[in-house]
Amino acid sequence: MADPGGEREVRLVVNGVERVAAAEPRLLLSDFLRHRLGLTGTHVGCEHGVCGACTVLLDGEPVRSCLVFAVQAEGAELRTVEGLAGEDGELGPVQRAFHEAHGMQCGFCTPGFLISLTALLEERPGASEEELVDALSGNLCRCTGYANILAAARAARDQAAERA
Amino acid sequence: MSTIGVSVPRIEDERLLRGEGRFVDDLRLAGALEVAFLRSPHAHARIGAIDAAAALALPGVVAVIDGRETAAALEPMVFDIAKIVPEAVREATAPAVRVHPMPALPTERVTYVGQPVAMVVAESRYLAEDAVDLLAVEFEPLPAVVDAERALAPGAPRVETEWEDNEAISFAFERGDVDAAFAAAKVVVEESFRSHRQHPSPIETRGVAAGVDPQDGSLDVWSATQTPHLLRDFLARWLGRDPERIRVRAPDVGGAFGIKHSCYPEDLLIPFAALRLGRAVKWTEDRAEHLAAATQGRDQVHRIAVAADAAGRILAVRDHAVMNAGAFNLLGLVVPYNTFTHLLGPYDVGAFGFAMRVAVTNTAPVAPYRGAGRPEAVFAIERAIDRLARELGADPADVRARNLIGPEQMPYETGIVYRDGTDQVYDSGDYPELLRRAREVVERERFEAAATERRRIGVGYAIYTEGTGVGPFETARVRIEPTGRVKVLTGASSQGQGHRTTLAQLAAEALGVAVADVEVVGGDSAAVPSGFGTLASRTLVVAGNAVSEAAAAVRAQALEVAAGMLGAASYELEIEGGTIAVRGRPDATLPLGAVADFLTPFNPARPRGAPSELAAESVYRPGPVTWSAGVHVAVVAVDLPTGVVEVLRFVVAHDCGRVVNPAIVDGQIVGGVMQGIGGALHEEVLYDEDGQLRTGNFMDYVLPTAGETPEFELIHLDTPSPLNPLGVKGMGEGGAIGPPAAIAGAVEDALADLGVVVHRGPLGPSRVRDLIVAAAGG
Ligand code: FES
Ligand code: FES
Repeated sequence: MADPGGEREVRLVVNGVERVAAAEPRLLLSDFLRHRLGLTGTHVGCEHGVCGACTVLLDGEPVRSCLVFAVQAEGAELRTVEGLAGEDGELGPVQRAFHEAHGMQCGFCTPGFLISLTALLEERPGASEEELVDALSGNLCRCTGYANILAAARAARDQAAERA
Repeated sequence: MSTIGVSVPRIEDERLLRGEGRFVDDLRLAGALEVAFLRSPHAHARIGAIDAAAALALPGVVAVIDGRETAAALEPMVFDIAKIVPEAVREATAPAVRVHPMPALPTERVTYVGQPVAMVVAESRYLAEDAVDLLAVEFEPLPAVVDAERALAPGAPRVETEWEDNEAISFAFERGDVDAAFAAAKVVVEESFRSHRQHPSPIETRGVAAGVDPQDGSLDVWSATQTPHLLRDFLARWLGRDPERIRVRAPDVGGAFGIKHSCYPEDLLIPFAALRLGRAVKWTEDRAEHLAAATQGRDQVHRIAVAADAAGRILAVRDHAVMNAGAFNLLGLVVPYNTFTHLLGPYDVGAFGFAMRVAVTNTAPVAPYRGAGRPEAVFAIERAIDRLARELGADPADVRARNLIGPEQMPYETGIVYRDGTDQVYDSGDYPELLRRAREVVERERFEAAATERRRIGVGYAIYTEGTGVGPFETARVRIEPTGRVKVLTGASSQGQGHRTTLAQLAAEALGVAVADVEVVGGDSAAVPSGFGTLASRTLVVAGNAVSEAAAAVRAQALEVAAGMLGAASYELEIEGGTIAVRGRPDATLPLGAVADFLTPFNPARPRGAPSELAAESVYRPGPVTWSAGVHVAVVAVDLPTGVVEVLRFVVAHDCGRVVNPAIVDGQIVGGVMQGIGGALHEEVLYDEDGQLRTGNFMDYVLPTAGETPEFELIHLDTPSPLNPLGVKGMGEGGAIGPPAAIAGAVEDALADLGVVVHRGPLGPSRVRDLIVAAAGG
């Protein structure tokens, strides 16, 4: 067994708020967010980088937080599902699209999909069908069969394209 | 305005979209310890000494619990359902079912890879896993058996050394003169078809947390379970505690599909550890544990023969099936008997012979997975009918049409005894119309226009019936608060099916209030005294009718009290939008909440003898199951050089009785179909000959992704069930039943000129290539 090493402070910005908490070097970012910061909206479905449930935005890029150590995120700017609502507290457009298209059932995979789609539409508001499918193919959903997730993604894309 | 049949947006969504869901692993229990398990690395081995000294010496490790400790305190686990064989089932099929107790932690032998052997309780999961690495366990490997047919052959290694063989269950049935029908037949086809083993794998794995109240010793358990009340009752018996002092909650549950129905060793061990240590204890399964040790599904081989006359009328079916139960026969007849009662499905067949043998093997236990024995039955019979059509040179859909039970034959007695001991009777439905409507929209030509020499198009069919809404009961309590809010308490829990919305619609409809004013509480054993849970496509039928009945009783109560308050007769009153009004007297109205308020014990004007709250409880006990049905049609493309199969279009014509929320129903169907597509094309649990698991992560056990979603066409032809007041039928599983058979048929059709026969899935590129090469070369 490797020496886990002592805990150190990790300082980062999550959803616009500076957060500091202790982490040993091997602590996964997903566990850090969920259990140290209490941000349990980011879910863990596989812990080996396949399911995408743990996806967060790290300095604007979608990453799988189960594949990143918390200490690697030192100084970074993170966005999680808890940060997707508008400033007025209303659901954001991507969230609303999932609700309106019945793009979710158990909701366990949903935060990962919301983040992946947010990342895509922020970069490419007019994303093509292929780009949508591509961006969402890294997230697994076992409940919906994806059809309504794709419908939600199209609706959110159409709105984003209009705003852009 | 009626809310039934309306796609009311889901009440559940908002919290989940904000990341405010509460799944078991999200709970923060003060000072909770965490658990990691040492699991068997062997498929079969004798357990020798367990040395925990180094693990216990690690700072932060609180306890190591192994089988020697649990054996003294916990009886091996046995489930009631495994012991229940109704008299009528006994008479009809003479089943031999071995009750198979499962130790929470074994003391002598491990019998599958992933079986828990010891649990480490530590200050964190990281530390617990470190300590697992430090446990020294001596294993003496023993010969293992993986395949069910091999397990039943003479001389096979025995999974249970005190049994004389590996046969856990057998039963047989015959109706009509099967031999005579085969002798008289013009056409006979006979083949072996295998439904390969699959893993339900919801994206949320299992999880259990338990805490003990230091004041009164009562036990609080949170589990990602489909059946909180059953788990409570099980824990009460196994831990020797009063069920009143155990509360089991299933908070948000991230999908289940059958896998969270059983009580697992971990469900017992986590509360056991919490009681032993007097502290909160939590365990969240990781994906590797889940793929190795949660129950799996399917794994049946059918030797099936169909006899027909020259016109393609099926005269008789004979099927000999073998099922792999894995290392423990946990649930007895549940899955194999389902296979039997669903084999003939929608077809009117004269003579029928069936025999089933279930073997234990050194693999993870097999239990219900969405469909629970039905997809296996449908794969066998539908594949056989495709062979028959080929033999006759007829269109497979025509051959099916020729053999369907007609609507004029409803209710149709199959001559089979259902698993609940009642006669199996299809209560309603129009199967020929379902097939006709599905055929209308296949649009084969559109795809064929784009076919090439290398990219072939094929169409395949599967038709199924599904017994739904099984008892024994479900409880609902409906209460109107003085604020006018309506509370619905139910024994049914939810794993994503949207029951909060659907049940709220039913209560709103019966009461005359807005859906938004109804709050549904489920998944909590403290909500109602007894309950059953969500499984086997039963919640809408059983809990739905319970809610509707209780709400209707509350309505009657409210009108009676309001009549006195308004100086009118109760039959003159109506409720709309939560307001009670006297017909013809627009000024005489009363909010529903005011009636509840009027009844509070603190109201001096309250009439003597009136109830002290506006509430009613109903326990709904359904009779025989009600029958849903569906026709699935797959349009596929097969790429000859690579063997890649793509599902292009999937048509579902469906009958699930009266529909409460169409969007939710369609979501269930599409989700089920996609699981079926995954199983048809990629998903397979693989063990090597020694019983080592080859598919222990999501790279090797491949789930379908968004890129594989076909276009869907859903057709509803909903005939209300005459068997329950709401006229509803269950539908949670149906989507998963047909796809493996329909897709296999479509692939065969695409490769018809090569004469390819699909005996099993999954139809990944290499299997399809093998089929093509073998056919071309042979
Ligand atoms: S939990 Fe990170 S990808 Fe699955
Ligand atoms: S909604 Fe359940 S996994 Fe996607």
